Amino acid sequence: MDQIILQILNGLDKGSAYALIALGLTLIFGTLGVVNFAHGALFMMGAFVSVTVSKVLTISHKVVDESRTDFLGNPLEVDVPYLYDFFGQAAGDVIIDWAVPISILVAIPIMIAIGFIMERGLIKHFYKRPHADQILVTFGLAIVLQEVIKYFYGANPIPTPAPEAFTGSFDFGVAFGFDPNAIIYPYWRLVYFFFSLIVIGAVFAFLQFTTFGMVVRAGMADRETVGLLGIDIDKRFTIMFGIAAAVAGLAGVMYVPINPPNYHMGMDFLVLSFVVVVVGGMGSLPGAVAAGFLLGILESFASMSAVINVLPGINQIIIYLVAIIILLTRPRGLMGRKGVMEE
Amino acid sequence: MFGLEKKDARLLIIVIGLTMLAPFILNPFPEGSEMAQFNAGYPDLMQRFVIFGILAIGFNILFGLTGYLSFGHAAFLGVGSYAAVWMFKLLSMNVLPAIVLSVAIAGLFSLIIGYVSLRRSGIYFSILTLAFAQMSYALAYSVLTPLTGGETGLQPKATDPRVLDGALAPGETATPSLFGFAMRDSYELTMGSWIFTFNFGYYFAAIVMILAFYVSIRIFRSPFGMMLRAIKSNQTRMSYTGLNAKPYTLAAFVISGMYAGLAGGLLVAMDPQAGAERMFWTASGEIVLMTILGGAGTLIGPVLGAGFIKYFENIVSKINKSTLEQWFYWMPDGIEDVMIAIVYPFVGKGWHLTLGLLFMLVVIFLPGGLVQGGQKIAGMFRRKKTQDAKDGATTPAE
Repeated sequence: MDQIILQILNGLDKGSAYALIALGLTLIFGTLGVVNFAHGALFMMGAFVSVTVSKVLTISHKVVDESRTDFLGNPLEVDVPYLYDFFGQAAGDVIIDWAVPISILVAIPIMIAIGFIMERGLIKHFYKRPHADQILVTFGLAIVLQEVIKYFYGANPIPTPAPEAFTGSFDFGVAFGFDPNAIIYPYWRLVYFFFSLIVIGAVFAFLQFTTFGMVVRAGMADRETVGLLGIDIDKRFTIMFGIAAAVAGLAGVMYVPINPPNYHMGMDFLVLSFVVVVVGGMGSLPGAVAAGFLLGILESFASMSAVINVLPGINQIIIYLVAIIILLTRPRGLMGRKGVMEE
Repeated sequence: MFGLEKKDARLLIIVIGLTMLAPFILNPFPEGSEMAQFNAGYPDLMQRFVIFGILAIGFNILFGLTGYLSFGHAAFLGVGSYAAVWMFKLLSMNVLPAIVLSVAIAGLFSLIIGYVSLRRSGIYFSILTLAFAQMSYALAYSVLTPLTGGETGLQPKATDPRVLDGALAPGETATPSLFGFAMRDSYELTMGSWIFTFNFGYYFAAIVMILAFYVSIRIFRSPFGMMLRAIKSNQTRMSYTGLNAKPYTLAAFVISGMYAGLAGGLLVAMDPQAGAERMFWTASGEIVLMTILGGAGTLIGPVLGAGFIKYFENIVSKINKSTLEQWFYWMPDGIEDVMIAIVYPFVGKGWHLTLGLLFMLVVIFLPGGLVQGGQKIAGMFRRKKTQDAKDGATTPAE
């Protein structure tokens, strides 16, 4: 039993990342009908916003520290972050420590802006072209973004730690009445899970309870009719693209402490999140979220040593296997609507 | 000629000429000169040109002709190379059985994957092939280690049985050969300060490529090719006329898979080792890039695209900062630094950036690829010429 709970928990953080990326992909696909192969790159850009913010916060200048001397008796020069000058040492340390959560505030406008630029500058011209062209041009864009990041940040993963308060692990075992140390789980992964729930909740609430969201949902169902009603659907779709980019970016920002970001993390997640979208059902938002968590958890079950001993390597192919089986038995995906992209 | 129309025969002859004279054509600069690094006439690169040309020709039959965008063709390439290495290990270092087996195995493999994937079309097909290819990659990397060598890859060893050849003499390394002619044998011709390398392996691969190109012309011009084109243009209408498109698309898929397997087998024949990274999905992306860049649906386009990308990969990636300094040394100091700073991100390690940008530009502005670009330029000149003629004709005589 404790094993099962442990695996479910283990799957949650991967599942959260899958769900968030797939949610954005589905928003773009459902509203604009564009297959965005650059979505993984947006995830990566989010992660590097986080890296950049934590680097910017520690920009420092040299100050002569009279209280400390080197072995010759000369006073030492110490690096002092500019933040100390503005907020004092204690507050400055806290801000540097909380760089990753603070990045969220920076990431939202930046990612929305990137989304706007992408949609207006490139994607807009591809609405009427075949899906193959959309895949190809966004694939090219993904390569370009990836190389730009590689040029500025190098090819090595950049470790960016979570705030001090979230290091360490939470002992679920005690909370549920199992042995201590049976189920321990890093705090940051919990934070990531709850963060993803909040983002997903916010997106759903936005679509469900605002007039804007209502129009967009109507546009997803029947774009032409909404346009005929005199609504400028294009503008709304641009905004939706910005939101989708922000969702992917936020998933990246908060993912940084779990896995140090590198320039090809976008491509690594992209294929899997497409598989997630297809399993959930193209164009279905709840489907994308549900499939994201489901496949994340399934993956962690498949990597249990008991399972691997029986079926070696199953942990690496389980998602593809599930996707192939689902596509062949239920082509519209778990929660897909009938008629969307069914040929 | 060869059952081809005049235009196709001319194209085939041009291709034969280009491939046979490649050691001369690709070596325009004398050895030791500053431009020598743009020479591509060394065997390793020339082999890549023709082998990836084969791959792109095959992919074009599926994507350019039938309209199905597969993102998993690297899997067939990988399977083909594994099969060839196994043939080397078990039977003989002769390349013929190895290549035959790699084509056969890749054909079987693509039959299975195609049978399943082709039940869907559009993006679903792309994602299904992507999923299958990633799955094959993961399998080759981990589970099937006894068959594929896992992370270390697979290569012939001295201890292999090699039923036909017998075991190697001590100290001898296994080299692929064709009835005693080793693939890596080269003849160097020195003319003045030029060195031309004629490599046996290259010529073998080039002849295979010419055959593959010929077969693809025949497929393009056959009723079968016409059917594939019809499927691309409107599948729904096809099914209304009572025609089942499935066997045709499956045949196209298997043929292109066999082409990929042939390319994989040849790669191994030139350099006897196979690894899983050949099967990663970005490798499939590269195959798509080649075809699109050259011009999907045209005969010669994919070959051009493959050559272009492989040339860039091997030549542009070699340019480093000191090369750039040599190029711009004649400029004033400040401008020189600016130029280097501008160009540097796009060459050397950053050549992928150039590739990505180029690819985006092609998809956006030239959906027909380099071939369409060439036609446009040719068209511009032709129109100018006819206009001139017309102007001449209408000028009233005084």
